[in-house]
Amino acid sequence: MTMPFYVSPEQLMKDRADFARKGIARGRSVVVVQYDQGILFVAENPSTSLHKISEIYDRIAFAAVGKYNEFENLRVAGIRLADLRGYSYDRRDVTGRGLANAYAQTLGAIFTTEPKPYEVEIVVAEVGTDVDGDQVFRLTYDGSVADEHGYAVMGGFSESINGYLGEHYRDGLGLEQALRLAVDGLGRDSGGGETRALDSSQLEVAVLDRTRPRRAFRRIRAAEIDALLRT
Amino acid sequence: MSSPHQLPSAFFTPGLSSFLDFATTVDPALAQRSQGAAPDVAVASSAPHGTTIVAVTYLDGVVMAGDRRATVGTVIAQRDIEKVFPADDFTCIGIAGSAGVATELVRLLQVELEHYEKIEGTQLSLDGKANRLATMIRNNLPMAFQGLAAIPLFAGFDLHARRGRIFSYDVTGGRYEEHDHYSVGSGSLFARGALKKLHNPGMTAQEAARVCVEALWDAADDDSATAGPDLARGIYPVVALVDADGYRRLDDAATGEVVHAVVTSRRQRPDGPAAPTTG
Repeated sequence: MTMPFYVSPEQLMKDRADFARKGIARGRSVVVVQYDQGILFVAENPSTSLHKISEIYDRIAFAAVGKYNEFENLRVAGIRLADLRGYSYDRRDVTGRGLANAYAQTLGAIFTTEPKPYEVEIVVAEVGTDVDGDQVFRLTYDGSVADEHGYAVMGGFSESINGYLGEHYRDGLGLEQALRLAVDGLGRDSGGGETRALDSSQLEVAVLDRTRPRRAFRRIRAAEIDALLRT
Repeated sequence: MSSPHQLPSAFFTPGLSSFLDFATTVDPALAQRSQGAAPDVAVASSAPHGTTIVAVTYLDGVVMAGDRRATVGTVIAQRDIEKVFPADDFTCIGIAGSAGVATELVRLLQVELEHYEKIEGTQLSLDGKANRLATMIRNNLPMAFQGLAAIPLFAGFDLHARRGRIFSYDVTGGRYEEHDHYSVGSGSLFARGALKKLHNPGMTAQEAARVCVEALWDAADDDSATAGPDLARGIYPVVALVDADGYRRLDDAATGEVVHAVVTSRRQRPDGPAAPTTG
């Protein structure tokens, strides 16, 4: 009778984490930046139909990097959860925190019990009535949650982008400045220091705009991106 | 899949874009909130009923208006009920019949359309939306048999055909496209007569709103369950427009202007504008 090899839990978890991280690092990055009127999402994404950024509910949006079919699964599950909760109780009872919790539990369970972990990293953001009410949660493949302030970066080479945003981000940016910051940050993903200039055809941009009446989510199309970047 | 707080597998079923279908799998009781078990006839006769809704198409889209009365038998249950709602950005729904059933139907339709839009990243076609509503009405058939029927009027701006369109329904979920104008509810017979005479397809939004308020006036004139404008309290019909820019409801000031114009002209001629019979 053959005995299975013993693999220590530490090693098992490390292998799974390495696997997930490698998958995530292959993809392009997404940057989330708070600005004075809301929360800005910028993804490097040449596709205009396969989205990395999406509306979940009135004041809540979702952004993801990694394997498309996996984060698409999570996105749809989030919309279903939010709509179900809003219909059962009231629209105000759907919160970003509740959604982040459900995602964390789900990702955590998949990480430990499924044959392979999800190779994704996601952000769940909720825009408040003022800047202090904004919430940005970043969730990783193993179900860890981080409460982010100011900005969040996900995807390949997120360290160099993170470094750039850390240096240049300040509170109270306008939309144009926030977009410029995010686009410049995304261009610094080579790791080596040289930068790429990204134009609107390579970008997917959306905002949660707190000034909008009910559904705060709005996509910013190429023409408007160009106009914002020119100013 | 072991964590007790983890989302159940039904949340990850691919290819399902309908909120109603999803809710039916994970929470059947909730999905049937707009249906419920069939009560006896005594319950039905003590539940509030909403009354008259009118809709007309005009040059740039469609206008829908509803009076503000809900009745239980001969008693006025509510004098400022709202019976015209946006279903999404480009459609509106007006409800007549059992108010409780109808408002739940509206809520469900609103979630259903937005759910589809978010998951698919695109809106349903206007016909798709109208068909979805037909399914929901058919689900309510057991209650309708007991007298708790909700008959909506559905209208919207068709982004492909670039015009306003109106759909009516029967209790079995039958869906019928109406041309130019339609009315549902207890006062609809009288309203429809007025709409026939007053409607013309080249109207502006302002004229279409006027036609709707005139028709509601005629409905209130002959149907006890339909309310005319309540001038003392400033309660006016709800008037909503849908055109290429989307849904918008006229505010009280704008509706009040139309109402006061109608009141002034009815002082001269209480039966409303006369149709020419010569020439």
